[in-house]
Amino acid sequence: MFEHYLNIFINTVFIENIALSLFLGMCTFLAISKKIDAAFGLGIAVIVVCAITVPLNNLIYNYVLREGALTWAGLPNTNLEFVELISYIGVIAAAVQILEMFLDRYIPALYNALGVFLPLITVNCAILGASLFMVEKDLMFTESIAYGLGAGFGWAMAIVILAGIREKLKYSDIPEGLKGLGMTFIIVGLMSFGFMSFGGISL
Amino acid sequence: MNETVLKTLGVTLVVCLLCSLFVSFTAVSLRDQQNTNKLNDKRIKILEAANLYDDSKSIEEQFRNLEIRFLDFDTGNVFSEYKDFDLDNYDQLKSLRFPDQSKPVPADKDIAIIKNRENIGKIYFSKKDNEIDKLILPIRGYGLWGTLYGYIAIENDFNTVVGIEFYEHKETPGLGGEVDNPNWKDIWVGKKIYKTGDVQLQVIKGAVDQNMDDSIYMVDGLSGATLTSKGVSNMIQYWFSDSGYLKLLENLDYGS
Amino acid sequence: MALKQYKEVLINPLVKENPITLQILGICSALAVTSNLNVTLIMCVALTSVVSLSNLFISIIRNYIPSSVRIIVQMTIIATLVILVDELLKAYDYETSKKLSVFVGLIITNCIVMGRAEAFAMKEKPFVSFLDGLGNGIGYSIILIGVAFIRELFGAGSLFGIPIFGEWYPTNNLLLLPPSSFIIIGLFIWLIRGYNNDQIEEDEFDLSKHSVTPNLEKRELNV
Repeated sequence: MFEHYLNIFINTVFIENIALSLFLGMCTFLAISKKIDAAFGLGIAVIVVCAITVPLNNLIYNYVLREGALTWAGLPNTNLEFVELISYIGVIAAAVQILEMFLDRYIPALYNALGVFLPLITVNCAILGASLFMVEKDLMFTESIAYGLGAGFGWAMAIVILAGIREKLKYSDIPEGLKGLGMTFIIVGLMSFGFMSFGGISL
Repeated sequence: MNETVLKTLGVTLVVCLLCSLFVSFTAVSLRDQQNTNKLNDKRIKILEAANLYDDSKSIEEQFRNLEIRFLDFDTGNVFSEYKDFDLDNYDQLKSLRFPDQSKPVPADKDIAIIKNRENIGKIYFSKKDNEIDKLILPIRGYGLWGTLYGYIAIENDFNTVVGIEFYEHKETPGLGGEVDNPNWKDIWVGKKIYKTGDVQLQVIKGAVDQNMDDSIYMVDGLSGATLTSKGVSNMIQYWFSDSGYLKLLENLDYGS
Repeated sequence: MALKQYKEVLINPLVKENPITLQILGICSALAVTSNLNVTLIMCVALTSVVSLSNLFISIIRNYIPSSVRIIVQMTIIATLVILVDELLKAYDYETSKKLSVFVGLIITNCIVMGRAEAFAMKEKPFVSFLDGLGNGIGYSIILIGVAFIRELFGAGSLFGIPIFGEWYPTNNLLLLPPSSFIIIGLFIWLIRGYNNDQIEEDEFDLSKHSVTPNLEKRELNV
């Protein structure tokens, strides 16, 4: 059984990497990857938020939104899937807010490290994307924990790698117009080609 | 002042109310149309696989000409009624979630990587003068990025392919995604599946040399999509083996 | 407000302040949907209508939104519009909605929409905000359609699914793979910055003198 969850985790980190195979969370991915420190902080924040919101949204989907999910409340024919998007984004916004307050109160050191990144995460499509793909894959609750962790971890890994490359990039002689953003795009393209080679591995 | 608690609550409440009204209204008014689309999408693929689809006629009417049956994979027997299942709405993919309605496929037999196979399938007959004319069978299997879902239709000799269609897959557009290319699907027409009792039909690498002996059992590979081609090959191999439709075809062959 | 300003608000985001190439906004959904022009066009229409309408509505109620809940109010309006688009697509263009899968939903978190709402619509009058949204939507569409055009024409040798180059053209698999859109956008940025020199990013530090080839032009001026 453990193997099954490990498979989901590895699969989400490498084969279906949220950033480099599904291209989610690209805005922050490109904007906050100049320095490894910042990238690392954001990466950790994404892992935490992903690991919390994906299972949470899984519960909401399975027990409230999906067709026939409200049978326990005596409404077997209700299908609330059309409010899917708005409920997920609500859950994510609320989870981020609560996490922020919780960290501020109990783990101030971590709060200081992650503080600036947390609000950014609400609008990071990697998080919403992970929830949407979780629904598309029709995962069970326990599977969704592995999926959420994997999605966050994969994204964090990708942004740290990119930041590492960009730090080295400072020393290279790049044509004027390509400096900065242009070159970053091309590098992300090459990284993502690299990750494509994981495709076809079935676990 | 913009910042009193009352005002904050009021504004959020009004915005939420208006938005929810809007959303529910569209969702409810469009639901029928969406459900028909979803249903028709699959029905068109089923009809297209058997080369029966005529877009000038209503889909529902054309679909009603098909005979839908339950299939017990273990015995190869066909039923028009099974337990309390509803023939029109039974979704064999949903039954994969229940251990009493599906079985894990042993690893050495799971060439199509489907992990679980339902006990009861759903198949479609097209009849002419009360005789079986064509048989449409659902198939699925793993390609490069995910599972491909589709239908394959065969003639009443239970060996010749009429057509193949995929209704859902995640293959790379332009490469593996070319499983949807009509030119490629046309290659399948008239190919044979079994050669002396074994599944011989396969997607090969590169183009098929028409002068070769077994070219009737071979389909051109998709260029740049080796793994998708292999996936489709494995899918055929699995679904026409005795854990798939072989028992059914044998039963039908002995006088239907 | 002068007509000139309307024009500026509409035209500026097209190339000069393009949301994708300068503001780094809205790239998320830009890449996965550009292998085929049909799908790209639908996506562009969807995003442009969401961003212009959300700008319009948010601007209309901008004076009533308390600042403490403004993000969530904006989010609600945007999400409503996106759901609307999603439902309409599912009802009237099922094929495309299947191909776009989750990417329509992801317009909610598309930073263009949020970014324009926060940066423009909260401050300006409704009509100008609408134009700003429209301009940014079109700016996004230009890049997306450009990428899709190159990818489909040189990748598959066709446009809108209709073969252009004919049989002799072997498909260019590299361009058909999604990551190639990053490289194409990178080259677009190079092109745009070639014309707008002021967009070129400064080095974070200068290379020491001896490692730079002497600039001959400057030397002549100094004489």
